[in-house]
Amino acid sequence: MSKVRVLVGTRKGAFVLNSDGKRQNWEVSGPHFAGWEMYHLKGSPADPNRLYASQSSGWFGQIIQRSNDAGKTWEPVGNKFEYAGVPGTHQWYDGSLRPWEFKRVWHLEPSLNDPDTVYAGVEDAALFKSTDGGQNWEELRGLREYSTGPNWQPGAGGLCLHTIIQDPSNAQRMWIAISAAGTFRTEDGGTTWKAINAGLKSEGIPNPNADEGHCVHHIAMHPDRPGVLFMQKHWDVMRSDNAGDYWYDIGETLPTDFGFVIDVNANQPETVYVLPIKSDSEHFVPDGALRVYRSRRGGNEWEALCNGLPQKDVYLNVYRDAMAVDRLDPCGIYFGTSGGQVYASADDGDSWTAIVRDLPTVLSVEVQTLP
Amino acid sequence: MIRVVLPTHLKTLARVTGEVQLQVEGPVTQSAVLDALEARYPMLRGTMRDQQTHKRRPFVRFFACQQDLSHEASDTPLPDAVAVGAEPFLVIGAMAGG
Repeated sequence: MSKVRVLVGTRKGAFVLNSDGKRQNWEVSGPHFAGWEMYHLKGSPADPNRLYASQSSGWFGQIIQRSNDAGKTWEPVGNKFEYAGVPGTHQWYDGSLRPWEFKRVWHLEPSLNDPDTVYAGVEDAALFKSTDGGQNWEELRGLREYSTGPNWQPGAGGLCLHTIIQDPSNAQRMWIAISAAGTFRTEDGGTTWKAINAGLKSEGIPNPNADEGHCVHHIAMHPDRPGVLFMQKHWDVMRSDNAGDYWYDIGETLPTDFGFVIDVNANQPETVYVLPIKSDSEHFVPDGALRVYRSRRGGNEWEALCNGLPQKDVYLNVYRDAMAVDRLDPCGIYFGTSGGQVYASADDGDSWTAIVRDLPTVLSVEVQTLP
Repeated sequence: MIRVVLPTHLKTLARVTGEVQLQVEGPVTQSAVLDALEARYPMLRGTMRDQQTHKRRPFVRFFACQQDLSHEASDTPLPDAVAVGAEPFLVIGAMAGG
C-alpha cells in the first residue's frame, strides 16, 4: 500500500508526519531543529529519501539541511548565498533605493530528475541553484538582472521569491513568482527570463496593469498540464491557459478573493483549491469559520468545504506555502495554519480532520506520496 | 588552548556539548578565534559573521572577562586571560524576544 509523508515547516522547528495510504493514522516526529524558523522542507521527486530544509534564525542566519534517510538524520550543507556580480539596488517600501541583501531561503525546489540538483528561492528576491546536493549555490543571475529588477519592491513579508515550478515536459522551462514583482518564466533553464504578468491588475500600484509590481502569493500547476497555471494573488484568483502569457480572473464569486494558498487536485486538473482570507489588514479567515473553497470547473464556480473544519470563533491564517496535495486517488489535500494545526482531507476535500494540532505557527506544508 | 563557549543553538548545530577548545596560531584575536572555530566546525560559517565581509551578525555578541568585545576591531588582541585559556571567549545570542 502507498504511504504518505507530510513535511511541515513551522516558526519553531520542523515536523515529519507519516501515514499509510488510508491517511487516517499519523505518526509525528519532531521538532527537528527546535527553535529555528523552518520556512520550507521538500523531498526530491527522484529520491524520496533525499530531503532539503531551509533553517533560519534572526540571530544566526541561514542554514540548509539535507537528509538522505527521509528525515531521520540531517546534515548541514552549504549556506553561502552570494549574489553574482555587483547586485545593485531595488525599491524599498518608501520608494528609496536599497541594496540587494540576502536574508533567507523561502522555498527549496528539488529537481524532478536529479536528487543533487535543487533550486532555492530567496529574499531579497533571487534564484539559486545547487548541483551538488546543496553544498554550493550559484545564482541564476538573469532573473534578478531582468530589466525591471531595480523597480521591484517588497511585499509585507519581504522581497521574496516564494514559488518555483518546473515543467515536467520541458526541463528548460520554469516559472517563479516574487512578492511584489510578479511572475516570470524561463525557457532556457534559468539563463534568461520573461515577465508574464499580462492580465494581472493590482490597485495597490501606480499603474494597476503594469508589467511589474504585482504581489503574487502563490502559483500552482497540474504536472500533466504545464500550460495551465493557477494563481492566488494579493487580491484575485487568476488562471492562465497559455503558460502565463495571459491571466484572467476566476475568483469573482469567492467570499473574498484575497488569500495565500492555491493548489490543484492530483487526479482532476480542473479541480482547484483556495482558502480565502479576510484583508486588507485582518489576515484571518472570514466569518470566524475555516473553509476551503473548491472549484471543479477550473474556477468561477466555487463551493465551500467545511465538513470537519471548525466553523466558529476561528481567526487563523494559512500562509502561501502551507497547502499541498498527495498523488493518491482520491486526492489528499493538506494545509497548515497560523495556529499550528495541520488539516487533511483524504477524499478530494469533502471531509477534513486535524492530523496534528498545537504545533508552532505553520509556515509550509509539503507532501510526498511513496510506493 | 583557547576556550570558546557557544550558544545553545550553535552547540546543537556543531554537535558539541560544553566548551570548545581550539589551538590558535599567532596573535589571539577575535578574527583568529573565529577562523579556527569555523575551520573546525564548517557548519558554523555564516552563523556568527558574514561569510564574505566577516561583519558580525547583528544579534551575535562576543563577551570575555566580563567585557563586551563585540565592537572591538576583529584584529584586536583578546585579553591575556583568554589567550592563555584562563577565561573562555563567549559567543552570545543577544537577548531579544522570539
